[in-house]
Amino acid sequence: MSVEAREKRQPWILLSPALTAVILLLFVPLLFIVVYSFWLRTATGADVAGFHLDNWQEALTDRFYRDILLGTLRIAAITTLVCALMGYPAAYFIARSGGNKAILLLLLMLPFWISYIIRTMSWINILGVSGALNSFLLWTGVISEPVQMLYNQTTVILGLVHFLLPFMVLNVFVSLDGIDTNLEDAANSLGATRWQSFVQVTLPLSLPGLAAGGLLCFVLAAGTYITPLVLGGPRDAMFANLVFEAIITQLNWPLGSALSLMLLAVLGLLVAIYNRYLGMAQLMKGLG
Amino acid sequence: MGWQLIRGWAVLVYLFMFLPVAVVVLLSFNASEFGSFPMSGFSFRWFVELAQNDAILRAFRTSIGLGLMTAVISTTLGVLASLALVRYRVPGANAISTLLIAPILVPEVVLAVALLLFLNFLGINKSFGLLLFGHVIFTLPFVILVVQARLVSIRRDVEEAAMSLGASPIQTFFQVTLPLMLPAVLAGGLFAFTISFDDITGTLFWKPGGVETVPTQIFAMLRNSISPEINALGTVMIVMTVGLPLLGAAIARRISRKSGA
Repeated sequence: MSVEAREKRQPWILLSPALTAVILLLFVPLLFIVVYSFWLRTATGADVAGFHLDNWQEALTDRFYRDILLGTLRIAAITTLVCALMGYPAAYFIARSGGNKAILLLLLMLPFWISYIIRTMSWINILGVSGALNSFLLWTGVISEPVQMLYNQTTVILGLVHFLLPFMVLNVFVSLDGIDTNLEDAANSLGATRWQSFVQVTLPLSLPGLAAGGLLCFVLAAGTYITPLVLGGPRDAMFANLVFEAIITQLNWPLGSALSLMLLAVLGLLVAIYNRYLGMAQLMKGLG
Repeated sequence: MGWQLIRGWAVLVYLFMFLPVAVVVLLSFNASEFGSFPMSGFSFRWFVELAQNDAILRAFRTSIGLGLMTAVISTTLGVLASLALVRYRVPGANAISTLLIAPILVPEVVLAVALLLFLNFLGINKSFGLLLFGHVIFTLPFVILVVQARLVSIRRDVEEAAMSLGASPIQTFFQVTLPLMLPAVLAGGLFAFTISFDDITGTLFWKPGGVETVPTQIFAMLRNSISPEINALGTVMIVMTVGLPLLGAAIARRISRKSGA
C-alpha cells in the first residue's frame, strides 16, 4: 500500500469503532422503533408484526396524550424562562468579576458533578412537611401546623430549574466572556448610558449563548421523568412519564415506541430550527 | 448601584444552587431518628449504618464496576475517534462530528427506549451488558468533546521531530503522543465515569430487576420517605463525584507540568 493510501485509510480505522457503536446502538435502534411503532401488542402480550396505524392513531388523537404533551412543553418553557432570568445576571456577574472569575466558574461547575437525583431529592429536605422551611415557620410561629408544599407542578419546575440553571449560566458566560469589553467602553464614550450600551451592544452579542442555554434547558426539561416522580404529585406526569409507563409498567412496547418518537419529533424539530439559524458550534462551545 | 444589584442577584443564584445540597450534607450528620429538623446532635451513625447496609454496598459495587468499564470502553473509542478528527483531514469531518455527538442530541428517554427494544429484539434482555452498552453510547459524546478540545492544543511538531529522528509511527504514538495526551485521556475517562455513576434516566430502563446502581437505589429508597440514611448516601456520593474530578484535575495538572507541556 502506498503511503498516501495508508494516510487516507488511517483516520477511518480510528473512527470505525466509535462510528460502529453510534450506528449500531443509536441509529439502528431508532429505525427499529419506527418499525416497531407500527406493530401491535395483543391482549395475550405477544407482538404482532405488520403495518398497523393503531398506536399512532391512539398517540396522536387521544386527548390525554395531547394534553400531557402540551403541559410538558409548557413546563419546559417556564423552566427555560426562569433559568434565563436567574442565570443571565449571574453569568454577567461572573464574566465581569475580574480576579474571582476562576473561582466563581469552578463553583458554577460543581453542580454538574453533584448527582441529579441527590439535587432533586434535596428539595424534600427544604420543602417537606418536616423540612427546613416548615421547621423555620413553625419555630417563628407563622404557622401552627406543617404545610405540605411539595408534590405539585411548582415544585417540579423548581427542581428542573435547580437542575438546569448551570447549563444556562455556563452557556451565557461563554458567550459574554468572548465579547470584547472595549465595545462597551466605546459605546459609553460615544455617549450611551451603561444601560443603553448593555441593551444595544452586549445583550445582542450574547444572544447566541442565551439561545444555546435555552435550547439545552428546554430539551432536557421536556425529556425528564425523574423530577416529576420525585417532586411532583400523581397529576404532574410529564410526557416522558407516559413513555416510561408504557414501556416499563404496561409493557406495551409498540405504543411506547410511538410515544418516544413523538417526543423525539417535537424536540428534534426544535434542535433542527436551532441548527438552521445558529449552528451546532455554539452549543458545542458550552458543552466542551 | 447597578453592579451591586447584579452582585446581590448572583449571590442569591449561588445560594439557590448550593443551599439544598448543603442541607443534605448537614442532615446526614443528624443524630435524630428522623431525617429532618431540628437537629438533635452531631453523629456519624448514619454513615455506619450505610456501611452495614448490604443493598447499598451492592449498589456501590455495581455502580463502580459499571462506571469503570464504561470509562475504559468509552475513552478508548472516544480517543481514537478524536485523534482521527483532530489529526487528519477527513472528508465530511463536520457530519461525522455531528453523528458522533448525536447520542446527546437525542433525548435520553428516547435513546433508552430504542436501545432497550432493539437489543431485546436481538435476544439481549435487560442485563448488565445492556446497561454497559447504554452507558457507553451515552457517555461517548462527552468523552469526544472533552478529548477533542484538549487534543487541539498538542503541537504536531513534537511528533514530527520524533519521526524525523527515526522513531516509527507506533513508537512516536506510545512515547510522545500518548504521554502528551494523558491529561486529555484521564479527563475523558473521569468524565465518562462520573456521568455513568450519576445516570438514572436510562439506567431505570435498562437495569434488570434486582440490580440497583447507587442512583436507582436512592430513588427506590425515596419511595418510602426521606431518611437520614439517604442524606448520608447523598453526602458520600457528593464527596465521590466532586472529590474525584478535583483530584483528577490536580493529578492532570501535575502530569502536564512534569512533562513541561
